[in-house]
Amino acid sequence: MPLPPKSRTEHDRSVFSRRALVLFGAQGALAAGLGARMYHLQIVEGAHYAARAERSRIRPSLLAPVRGHIVSRDGTPLAVNSHNYRVVLYREDADDVERTLDRLAEIIPIPPLRRKALLEEIGRTRAFLPVVLAENLKWEQFAEVNANAPALAGIAPELGFTRHYPEAGYTGHIVGYVAAASERDVARAGDDGPVLKLPGMRIGKMGVERVEEPALRGKAGLSRIEKDVHGRPIRELERREGTKGDDLRLTIDLDLQKYAMQRMGDESGAVVVMDIYDGDILALASTPGFDPNGFVLGWSTKDWVALRDAEKRPLHNKAVSGLYPPGSTFKMVVALAAMHLGIAGPGHSVFCNGHIELGSHRFHCWKRGGHGMMDLHEGLKQSCDVYYYDIAKRIGIDRLAEVARKFGIGVLPEIGFIDAKEGLMPDKAWKRARRDEPWHPGETLHAGIGQGYMLSSPLQLAVMTARIANGGYDVQPRLVRERNGERIKARSLRGIGIDRAHIEAVKRGMYGVVNERGGTALRSRIAMAGHEMSGKTGTAQVRRITMAERTTGVLKNDELPWNQRDHALFVAYAPADDPRYAVSVVVEHGGGGSSVAAPIARDVMLKLQFPTEVPDGAIPNGAAPVFVARDDDGSEDA
Amino acid sequence: MASLHAHATAAPTLPQKLLRLNWPLVVLITLVAAIGFAMQYSVAEGNLDPWARRQMIRFAVSFCGMLVVAMIDIRFWHGSAYLFYGVSLALLVAVEVAGTVGMGAQRWIEIGPLRLQPSELMKIALVVALARYFHDLNPRNVRHVLTVLPPLLMIAVPAALVVKQPDLGTAVLLASGGIVIMFLAGVSLWFFAALAAGMGGLVYAVFASRGQDWALLKPYQYNRIAVFLNPELDPRGAGYHITQSKIAFGSGGMTGEGYLKGPQSRLDFLPEKHTDFIFTVLGEEFGLVGCVFLLCVYVGVLLFGMLTALRIRHLFGRLVAMGVCMTFFAYFAINMAMVMGLAPVVGVPLPLVSYGGTSMLVILFGFGLLLSAQVHGAVAFPRLSPFALLWPIRRG
Repeated sequence: MPLPPKSRTEHDRSVFSRRALVLFGAQGALAAGLGARMYHLQIVEGAHYAARAERSRIRPSLLAPVRGHIVSRDGTPLAVNSHNYRVVLYREDADDVERTLDRLAEIIPIPPLRRKALLEEIGRTRAFLPVVLAENLKWEQFAEVNANAPALAGIAPELGFTRHYPEAGYTGHIVGYVAAASERDVARAGDDGPVLKLPGMRIGKMGVERVEEPALRGKAGLSRIEKDVHGRPIRELERREGTKGDDLRLTIDLDLQKYAMQRMGDESGAVVVMDIYDGDILALASTPGFDPNGFVLGWSTKDWVALRDAEKRPLHNKAVSGLYPPGSTFKMVVALAAMHLGIAGPGHSVFCNGHIELGSHRFHCWKRGGHGMMDLHEGLKQSCDVYYYDIAKRIGIDRLAEVARKFGIGVLPEIGFIDAKEGLMPDKAWKRARRDEPWHPGETLHAGIGQGYMLSSPLQLAVMTARIANGGYDVQPRLVRERNGERIKARSLRGIGIDRAHIEAVKRGMYGVVNERGGTALRSRIAMAGHEMSGKTGTAQVRRITMAERTTGVLKNDELPWNQRDHALFVAYAPADDPRYAVSVVVEHGGGGSSVAAPIARDVMLKLQFPTEVPDGAIPNGAAPVFVARDDDGSEDA
Repeated sequence: MASLHAHATAAPTLPQKLLRLNWPLVVLITLVAAIGFAMQYSVAEGNLDPWARRQMIRFAVSFCGMLVVAMIDIRFWHGSAYLFYGVSLALLVAVEVAGTVGMGAQRWIEIGPLRLQPSELMKIALVVALARYFHDLNPRNVRHVLTVLPPLLMIAVPAALVVKQPDLGTAVLLASGGIVIMFLAGVSLWFFAALAAGMGGLVYAVFASRGQDWALLKPYQYNRIAVFLNPELDPRGAGYHITQSKIAFGSGGMTGEGYLKGPQSRLDFLPEKHTDFIFTVLGEEFGLVGCVFLLCVYVGVLLFGMLTALRIRHLFGRLVAMGVCMTFFAYFAINMAMVMGLAPVVGVPLPLVSYGGTSMLVILFGFGLLLSAQVHGAVAFPRLSPFALLWPIRRG
């Protein structure tokens, strides 16, 4: 029985209306929920998302700073930036890295090994950071890459700078070289780490490039580039150029440096020339030299092995890190210590009969048969070993070491070179600590003639000589003269606490060594008044002379293999009456100090005082002729 | 009542019908579409091509279609409801057999120059068919347990076919639309309680089956759910869309970056920016103000639609109108929830704003039916409609 139509409809409609209202209420609630979500995303977290949006579309990229130049004292460039055409790859822009490399290889040869290394590096590097594929390209190659850019997805040709060393081998050890930063360099650099990872960025690995790295590097700039999701740059929003690194003017006198390098010839050794008042290093020659450009452009394996394994160790900066027994060049310090401590004044005399006995040991003078009666002046002039054995024995090692350190022996010079060595000035504590043995009195005698455990670098010998020559002031070596055109003030000097009169006595002895009859370096004297040189010879024994050998006759250096011959040393200052420069010369296994090292020092002193031409009569008749530098414009053969 | 009766009996002329149309609703619909044009113009970086111009043409055609549908007597639509449903179902099957695979799913069927998405058609077809079913049903039987079986089947078969495409989003949309019709038609609340329990069980089964050999969903669907629950899981992969969308949307702030200035969308950080993620572009360019405005316009359409439905005097019209409204709501709510990271990325467009032919055609066709029901809100239905034979229980 059907319901009346109206009531049925009514019933339908009331149910429908109720439920429709419920439904609409539910929908309204959901819509309100959507609105709340909008509010949450756009207002509550709006700033957060805005920042994330900024991050995902704006790529900040560092702009490599331009490295500061290095010039010599007279302004000749020693380290400059030359154009470097290179090709980098952005992995995220390359559809297929392998294919891109294949195509690039049609323009620039990529050997299989290099290719493998590149693929590894590309895999390691984050997708939006560039990887350098090839550097120092010829302009033609670079242009061809540019022309083919559309076909080389991910490849970007870039113009960068590469370090160039115009004076090549002459200044290799001083200026040093740069190379790509290692992982450790990056870790050590802290905040600057990311800068070091930029393509083409190099870090100083040696010499001034290393010591002055933070100053030379400069500050990186920043470019904010808007990129789309594929990493394609749309436009540059902001560009803050970096700050160029400091330009440095070194204390090195390039002419003198070249002269010293050439004068050493094939010898292995070092020449250091230093201003005795401001500490300027005018020459810091270490031979053989090497061409630092090789490190920038890459060595061939053959060249590298030859360089690394060469007997005369060209990569080694002997001037600061070569350590040699100072030999007789140390005798001034022994004499000064004796006077300073009141043990033996200038008039103290010792009779030299060729040897001295200590316990059961016999210590020999270099002159068989002895020098006879010696005082301080003659002892220094003739380099009598027995005289110094005697006074050293009286001083004792600890007091000797204390005075020696005032002259920089056994103390690290403040030159900043990472490879600079502090050498060794032994004392009792050192021996106890290092060898766990007591000090033998005989070892003091060895120290008295600069032998035994003693070791010093040519730079230290130059510092020692300078401190004597300047009357006992604590001059320190320095290599940088100007920074960005601004002169660096020399350190103010402080006395080292040695009596001036004692120093004058020693200086008179040094004058005698070169200029008086009987002096060990008489043949190397400068005969022109006002330009004379004072100095001291040294011959450092490398091997032990046995008792048996002494009886049969000590072998001459010529009879020995090269690496067992004595080191030849000479330290000097000039002009003798009003000193200005100190020089030290070490010739490794060169033989005698007087015959090998002193003539080199003489030539360098002449070059210093007469830069253009040595006047007639500067050297006595019969002396070895003065070496004349080749004018080869610097690059090869050095 | 007399005048109403007169309306019902004396067939109104075409101009009369046009005048009777719910014009505020039509204006609101046009407003939404206009917002769509502006956004299509914006995502093409200030160009009419490739999207805005075609979208306008499609709207113009579909709009005319809507008016034509609205002018046709609602009884005609009542009569052809099952036919419409049958054709849509056949097309769904056809898509299964010979459909074109697009975006990782079989969704389109090509008929000559037309590219049809039968699942979209089915949304309206299901509404109409269910409305017809409940209209024809004796209200006494509406609470009978067995009477819910045919509509459940009518919902389940197309939903299952759509799931198989696979298009989980549309399937959920179909099912929820159908169930809402049943709800409005007066089916017992116990049924819905049972349904909710069943759904809970199904959800449990879905998750329990993950990784088993009887897995109910495809791995990508599980991924979408997992990434939806925690988008940070995979910011470069599956979560990328949602994360980028939230970043772009959130960066809009209160008033947005300004029209044509949304950098995220401009720079291609947004996927599908002219279709499913168009709302993100709007959020980025117009900020909260723009988003809430669009939401209000949508709710306005809904409100006018529902008020219209409540005034219709026959169940068929009311159910069709409410069904269309519900479908429309489901579209924009799911899309907005999706781009704002509240729902998984399921591929539901923003109605009338997203670029896309079929969905616009279907939505305007739906509104055409709603308007037809409104214009013909007082017509009397014959005791037995021509195609009522499919189910024996008759009205009256």
